[in-house]
Amino acid sequence: MQLRTAPQPPLKPPLDPLRDHMQGATTPKIELVEYGDYQCPHCRAALAIIEQIQSRYGDVLRFAFRHFPLAKLHPQARLAAEAAEAAAAQGKFWEMHNLLFQHSQELQQEHLVAYARDLALDADHIAFQLASHNYAARVQEDVASGVRSGVNATPTFFLNGLRHNGGYALDALIKAIDLSLVTP
Amino acid sequence: MSHPIETSQVLAPGARAPEFALPAGPDQTMRLSDLRGKPVVLVFYPADWSSVCGDQLALYNEVLSEFQRFNAQLIGISVDGVWCHAAYANQRRLEFPLLADFEPKGATARAYGAYRADSGIAERALFVIDRDGIIRWSYLSPIDVNPGADGILQALESLSSSGGPSAA
Repeated sequence: MQLRTAPQPPLKPPLDPLRDHMQGATTPKIELVEYGDYQCPHCRAALAIIEQIQSRYGDVLRFAFRHFPLAKLHPQARLAAEAAEAAAAQGKFWEMHNLLFQHSQELQQEHLVAYARDLALDADHIAFQLASHNYAARVQEDVASGVRSGVNATPTFFLNGLRHNGGYALDALIKAIDLSLVTP
Repeated sequence: MSHPIETSQVLAPGARAPEFALPAGPDQTMRLSDLRGKPVVLVFYPADWSSVCGDQLALYNEVLSEFQRFNAQLIGISVDGVWCHAAYANQRRLEFPLLADFEPKGATARAYGAYRADSGIAERALFVIDRDGIIRWSYLSPIDVNPGADGILQALESLSSSGGPSAA
């Protein structure tokens, strides 16, 4: 018996175009934010779900990704997130993001550098940045914001600034998005 | 109370946190009063060995540094026994103590109003206790919802802003 419903804490801080990794509509009706971990099998599974959501709501949806590596469970997740940030600095966040999820069993440093090379990035520079953890603080900022926003699993989604409590199931996301479109 | 209740009534802010002395391991006992002088976060939860990656205790384990900024001690409590806790903590690499509210079963959870008599497990309930042993924030979560860490951090933040700085 469920007598109490789950609260929907707000996303803190809200998306910042200068900082966050976003794709899709620039004046969106729907803003979907994921906190995820590149070594988490559920986040990997959610990648295909997000692709379906994006093709369904393409013109009105903005999707953003923030890092939430569960580093004690997933020892490579944090460095993988740093690799995504290093790729972002060379303009290829989403390309690296997709590669990391496609190879979530192979996220040692040498793999990450090889992915950078595959994407025609300056891989030597990225190897140096990974070794010196240049983006560790940037990743930790995402983690801290996730904690403050009530992230309680990976992945956790926020829909128009409020936590979505339906996990990453496609039907629950569609239902929540459709509801938000009729009750803006 | 003669009838089982559907939802627990957890102890509210302002109440003195009931003392407990519970096993923290095969030959270790932890008392709440031993922790005076620092904030304590009590996390009652139904059972060890939940099946998902990012469960409640795993999440707290990941963000321990956020709690430690407030010098707070995080403690998990369930009715599981010490050997079960030891295996669970070891497998999940938990870096905070788990206390066994095992005998008499659930006595501490009952004292905090966080026990489900019908199923014999602790509720998913959170308490933030100040340096003097007074409950300053409490929260009863739906049992199947991971409450996250945001409420705890807000409570710790308001403790440190209202009650003077804690030793860092």
